[in-house]
Amino acid sequence: MDILVCVKRVPTVGGKIAVTPDGQEVDTRMSGFTISPHEECAVEEAVQITERLGGTVSVLTLGPEAAIDQLRDALALGAGRAVLLETDGREFGPAATAAAIAAEVRSHGYDLVLLGNEASDTGDYQVGIRLAHALGWPVATGIKNLTTSADGAVARREYRGTEESYELPLPAVITVKEGINLPRYPSLPGRLRAKRAPVERSAPAWQPEGLRKQALRVPAVAGHQAVILGRGVDAVPELLRVLGELGVL
Amino acid sequence: MTALCLVELDGGAPADASLRALTLARSLDGEVGAVVFGDAAPEEALADCGVSDAYVIERSAVEGYAPAAWARVLAGLIADTGATAVLAAGTDRGQEVLAHLGAITGLPMAANCVQIVPDGPGMHRVVRQRWAGLLLEDAILEAPAALVTVAADAVAGVSAALPPGGATRGPASIRVHLHKPELADADLRVRAAESPAAAGGMSLATARVVVGGGRGVGGPGGFAALEELADLLGGVVGVSRVVTSEGWRPHSQQVGQTGTKITPEVYLACGISGAIQHIAGCAGARHLIAINTDSGAPILARADYAVIGDLHQVVPALVAALRARREPDAGAAGSV
Ligand SMILES: Cc1cc2nc3c(=O)[nH]c(=O)nc-3n(C[C@H](O)[C@H](O)[C@H](O)COP(=O)(O)OP(=O)(O)OC[C@H]3O[C@@H](n4cnc5c(N)ncnc54)[C@H](O)[C@@H]3O)c2cc1C
Ligand SMILES: Nc1ncnc2c1ncn2[C@@H]1O[C@H](COP(=O)(O)O)[C@@H](O)[C@H]1O
Repeated sequence: MDILVCVKRVPTVGGKIAVTPDGQEVDTRMSGFTISPHEECAVEEAVQITERLGGTVSVLTLGPEAAIDQLRDALALGAGRAVLLETDGREFGPAATAAAIAAEVRSHGYDLVLLGNEASDTGDYQVGIRLAHALGWPVATGIKNLTTSADGAVARREYRGTEESYELPLPAVITVKEGINLPRYPSLPGRLRAKRAPVERSAPAWQPEGLRKQALRVPAVAGHQAVILGRGVDAVPELLRVLGELGVL
Repeated sequence: MTALCLVELDGGAPADASLRALTLARSLDGEVGAVVFGDAAPEEALADCGVSDAYVIERSAVEGYAPAAWARVLAGLIADTGATAVLAAGTDRGQEVLAHLGAITGLPMAANCVQIVPDGPGMHRVVRQRWAGLLLEDAILEAPAALVTVAADAVAGVSAALPPGGATRGPASIRVHLHKPELADADLRVRAAESPAAAGGMSLATARVVVGGGRGVGGPGGFAALEELADLLGGVVGVSRVVTSEGWRPHSQQVGQTGTKITPEVYLACGISGAIQHIAGCAGARHLIAINTDSGAPILARADYAVIGDLHQVVPALVAALRARREPDAGAAGSV
């Protein structure tokens, strides 16, 4: 089973998020970069599948040269091969991203492509689906439970208290969510191997998108403070009164 | 027709998230058509939302949920009606169907919008959530049909901006069209087999009351009291990421950026600090009450009400008080 996992370099957001003065980007002066928890789980899932069925895990990112850091993190977790689709500083939208990944998938050949359900920064919710259509492959999204065999996959997610189960023939595209597994920590030998591993590179074409960012901003939060109902168990009568007022008793 | 809106049903009625999408569709100031997969449309509820036409796609045409097929149906309806916008709720299904629609038609899609304003032919200005709602993006959407999903938690404000009642356009009755789409086998290749979830019962995403538990709960054993409180309030338990990564509770209960987005009437957050990634999942709660030992916890800047205290004392006392209200003669003796 040859699996490709797509990960995206995004700013690490801790307790606060701020935007650069020109409103174009997240301010990263005080933060590092990472990949989203969904994508970490995608890497882990791919590694687990190949541990069971054999095969290879390749990890891909489309981004600036610095995104090699994120590829090395994924290599340390057990991916064996790394691909950088290097951008020229321009932001690629979801259509351009999917087209560039599709070209890599066609030229190399994979049985399964795993992505995150949505990227943390743009939250576009579509690269995996656009990729699947470009390839003519089946796709399932938001998956939190995956059973894979040599010729097919059963992908499950929960929706409004109902379990949905999708049967997909391979090759297929599957986007996953955090919770599908508990990602391991990188081992020391894994880190050493990751440091030395070569990274294959290509430079895909940028294309314009119909959705164009004008500016980012932090939503205004009413600068308020909670009404304190009281301290400890003494507050329970007040709490009950409020719950009654809000109509949930 | 100006806008088509995919309406998901919840026990035959429009799902709450779809009502929010309809609110945004209606803000476009033109005719709104609802697209319903099922045997009948909830006509009255749709008419109340200002819908003029309902397109009903019967089970004989598309059995169950098949995302690519649903998108193919919408693509056909764009062609038939000349709609210049297609909206859906920002749910798993809404995002997925609109992304398929974008891929099928080659149109861009804007996820998690909180506002959409026409700006000349083939143009809309949109405001949408990024970073799970931690940031807003102002963007231009240039497309003959604007494909938009509507943020699960942010449209109450938008409906307030509508003219009072919006009654001028609310049609007395709606036109119902039984729509028989033409589908290829490939569109039906991936479809959901549905079964009741193992956990059963109420879904976190749609519960009216959520009792939240965070690191302050202290361990897996501490959740029994929260479960009991949730039961008494007719709600469910939700947790922070610390709780799921410690393995105290399953990830299906996680609220937040990488968990579930909730929109209850009341969210009672116990022992949760209120990190922005957690707030990203509960900002849609109508009322937020915090129970926390720390009066400086960030969640207090978000909460409407707070109790400063140890949840291990406050929660059992609240449970006892709620029980006492139900059975006036059963004292607090049973609580731990
Ligand atoms: C990319 C990314 C995604 C994330 N996604 C999510 C997500 O989806 N959901 C999520 O929740 N987090 C998410 N996080 C994690 C988030 O940043 C916080 O680490 C997490 O929400 C903190 O959980 P907590 O509030 O339970 O714990 P803490 O921050 O440790 O807070 C515990 C709180 O409990 C209070 N407390 C302690 N003891 C008691 C007591 N006895 N009684 C009452 N109060 C008490 C303390 O005063 C404190 O306020 C994400 C982080 C990242 C980087
Ligand atoms: N620049 C990128 N490089 C690699 N993978 C990406 C990139 N952008 C998006 N993806 C993948 O597509 C998923 C969905 O992204 P999106 O549709 O942008 O929300 C992400 O979780 C990634 O797995």
